Amino acid sequence: MEKCLTTRIVGASVPRKEGADKLLGRACYVDDMEREGMWFGATVRSAIPRGIIRSIAFDRHIDWSEFTVVTARDIPGENHIHLIMTDQPCLADGKVNHCEEPILLLAHPDKHKLRKAVAAVHIEYELLPPVFSIEESERQDVIVWGADNLLKSYLLEKGDVDSAFSRAAHLVEGEYRTGPQEHLYIENQGIIAEYSAERGVTVWGSLQCPYYVFKSLRAVFDLPEEKVRVIQTETGGAFGGKEDFPSNVACHAALLAMKCGHPVKVVYDRIEDLAATTKRHPSRTRHRTALDKEGKLLAMEIDLATDGGAYATLSSTVLSRATLHASGPYLCPNVRIRSRSWATNNVPYGAFRGFGAPQAVFAMERHMDEIAAVLNMDPVELRRRNFLHEGDTNATEQLMREPVILDQLLDRALTESDYSARRRRFAQENSGSTIKRGMGISAFYHGSGFTGAGEVYLNSLAGVDVTHDGHVRVLVSNTEFGQGTNTILTQIAAEALGIEYSDAAMAAPDTGTVPNSGPTVASRTGMVVGRLIERAGLQLLALLREHAGLGASHTRDEFFAACARYRAAHGELVSLCRYEAPPDVHWDDEKYHGEAYGAYAWAVQVAQVAVDTVTYSAEVEEFWTVQEVGRVLHPILAAGQIEGGVAQGIGYALYEKVVMQDGRMANNQMTNYIMPTAEDVPPIHVYFEQIPFRYGGFGAKGIGELPHDGPAPAILNAIRDAIGIGFNSIPLLPEDLYAGLVSNQPAEEPVLP
Amino acid sequence: MNTARNVNGREHRSGGQATIHFTVNGRNRAVTVPPMKRLLDVLREDLHLTGTKEGCGEGECGSCSVRMNGELVNSCLVPVLQAEGAKILTVEGLAVGKHLHPLQEAFLNQGGAQCGICTPGMLMAAEQLLAQNPHPTMAEIREALAGNLCRCTGFMRIFESVVAAAAAESATQAKAPHLEKTHHAR
Ligand code: FES
Ligand code: FES
Repeated sequence: MEKCLTTRIVGASVPRKEGADKLLGRACYVDDMEREGMWFGATVRSAIPRGIIRSIAFDRHIDWSEFTVVTARDIPGENHIHLIMTDQPCLADGKVNHCEEPILLLAHPDKHKLRKAVAAVHIEYELLPPVFSIEESERQDVIVWGADNLLKSYLLEKGDVDSAFSRAAHLVEGEYRTGPQEHLYIENQGIIAEYSAERGVTVWGSLQCPYYVFKSLRAVFDLPEEKVRVIQTETGGAFGGKEDFPSNVACHAALLAMKCGHPVKVVYDRIEDLAATTKRHPSRTRHRTALDKEGKLLAMEIDLATDGGAYATLSSTVLSRATLHASGPYLCPNVRIRSRSWATNNVPYGAFRGFGAPQAVFAMERHMDEIAAVLNMDPVELRRRNFLHEGDTNATEQLMREPVILDQLLDRALTESDYSARRRRFAQENSGSTIKRGMGISAFYHGSGFTGAGEVYLNSLAGVDVTHDGHVRVLVSNTEFGQGTNTILTQIAAEALGIEYSDAAMAAPDTGTVPNSGPTVASRTGMVVGRLIERAGLQLLALLREHAGLGASHTRDEFFAACARYRAAHGELVSLCRYEAPPDVHWDDEKYHGEAYGAYAWAVQVAQVAVDTVTYSAEVEEFWTVQEVGRVLHPILAAGQIEGGVAQGIGYALYEKVVMQDGRMANNQMTNYIMPTAEDVPPIHVYFEQIPFRYGGFGAKGIGELPHDGPAPAILNAIRDAIGIGFNSIPLLPEDLYAGLVSNQPAEEPVLP
Repeated sequence: MNTARNVNGREHRSGGQATIHFTVNGRNRAVTVPPMKRLLDVLREDLHLTGTKEGCGEGECGSCSVRMNGELVNSCLVPVLQAEGAKILTVEGLAVGKHLHPLQEAFLNQGGAQCGICTPGMLMAAEQLLAQNPHPTMAEIREALAGNLCRCTGFMRIFESVVAAAAAESATQAKAPHLEKTHHAR
């Protein structure tokens, strides 16, 4: 272990930095804000999934002179949302590729007049044939994107898969599917924008990544850096749903502000938010696995496909993470993973906590239980025989240099859940009962930070400064949206500088103030940005020691006295650090080979599920999750991240169904898109093992996404344990259980050679 | 109340305004607004009490919860005319002076608030529960909070916050020392 665990502030559950404001109702979310003379904006959207816009007519019953109307023609710069590609228009120009695609914008001083006005814009289309599924898209009968509908593909190969299959004692195949999932942050999307010729564009809003919005605004308005400013307001949940989408809202609000000459607020209501914003990518994963007599993995062939929706958005990077998590935390000498993301005319899918990994882990971990059934082996034992260990390589042939303690995590999960005894007991009780109980398990890892050379390209800059009135500020563009960014980064700064937690604060999340320390995504904040803050703190101390007479050890008062001396002599006191990759990190983006991630967080989860064979409902009764996430910076926040992720994972498995009808979400209301409530979430038991990671902020690795990866397969594995039917598709609703139970067939036994 | 409704109903049909008198967080207030305006909007727009949040506008999420005459209501479903003469408590009325309300204290210490958007409504639902049932069981807590959605926490820490607040409130006048919760972290 590289680092001493004795810290004063890091590792302690200090009060959440902005906690009191949130509890007092004082925290200011975007819809709580007003600007002088503010108008309100609304979006006129496509009613069809694909077609040519033939005409746009404005109903005569409305006095349009009161409104500001913006179309694609009003865009001063590029008509696209700047992301990985530039295929997504800011406003549709002549054609539409999905339902709810924005076509036209309206602003009015009275927000209550907007709804009617939106309905009074009549658009006529010439319909083009749409594509709604992976299967339709890959058939390529109708091309809806590029030359071939293919948004992105990867091929990863390790060893010699084909010859390994010829030596196999067992061959197991399976196909697994996951549906879209809605983020359901409780605060809808919202932005306020202002425009003036001198200052350019300023936006405030609910968002994760100020510099993503910044880049989009620069492109749409063709403005230099100094004329675009993005400020994050308090953000009421995000989960990836406010990674890329706020760029759209911000560009729209800012276009309206420019044209009407007033600040404009655009806040979606729930119905619009559910219908028009991104969801988790649906997926289909086919596994073909070769094993030896002992149940050791010989070869894996994985074919993974996602539905990306109508534009490229983040589909390529989501697919990348899915690919890199598809073979699980297992040692397998021969692996071939082919993955493709297909364009359809669904609303574009986007980032959601886990970012492709939950889809891939669902398939892998369900498949492990199907393999165990074929081999007539305990699923626990099958996993144990194949776990990665320190010194092994995974599918990209990344050497596991850090300790890997999957066995320990598994043992603890089994002990804490009393797994074996419960399984035995349920096996006895089930036969005489209409309620059938089972225990299910999942094991997985999650790569922390951007993939491959991603962190190097991001080239993040972050640091701390000391203001003239003696406050330490953390300078990052990383944002708080519930996960605890403010708290952990100020903990790290205070710890590194030898001052108190209350001495450190976050600088306003404002691109006019803070450097670009990269987006707040990919479980990178604690590990990557935390490390930058730790380094910047140590660098600042070195500066004070050299130039302001700070002693080798210091009190808080001595620190601030030295800061005052430094400032008097030299002016500003700032310490910034740039990302430096850990040594020996090599990544081949062509071959998908090498160090895919700087570090992995590991977990084993256990679900106890009861299936009611009369009502066809499945209920998670208890849940255990054991993880190794490096150093735990804040035990309460960390446990809260895990519990929240597990609850979303339970929703993903059993509750949350996006009903798509002709490319439109049919159940776009909270009344009929159902997430788990206080009565549905079972007791969740959270356990951490801590192995500080030497290149993470005070030893931290990623934590935020990990917990969402495992619940769905653990739950469906528990259902298999309870009733002997292996379901391969989520969400699994009562009607699906019913279908499985009445057909009353045991799991389709996968093919044997 | 009836009179107010009739008068206001007529005025509403003619697109008029009505003056509604009520008590919000112990203060007498009067607003002149369209009588069918949602209580949520009156609180947020006319009284600038933006602590109460809108999550769905259709009575599903509970983030707009306030207490009205001792009952928990979704303020997005209440036309303000129904609040004539009512006593309303919002999140802004929980703390007394500089002291956090025991529920706020507990939510802060136990991690009951993450993004904070559900928190005002959650606090009101919890306050409603503890007012009627100072020592709720876990099942009663779950039931009482079932109308308030939280997407961040998975509810565990919210339940613990309510348990801690109940314990604190029933403790003696002497300020109960905050007991550090034991964690599984090691
Ligand atoms: S906003 Fe009132 S219940 Fe959701
Ligand atoms: S804390 Fe974010 S929704 Fe509850």
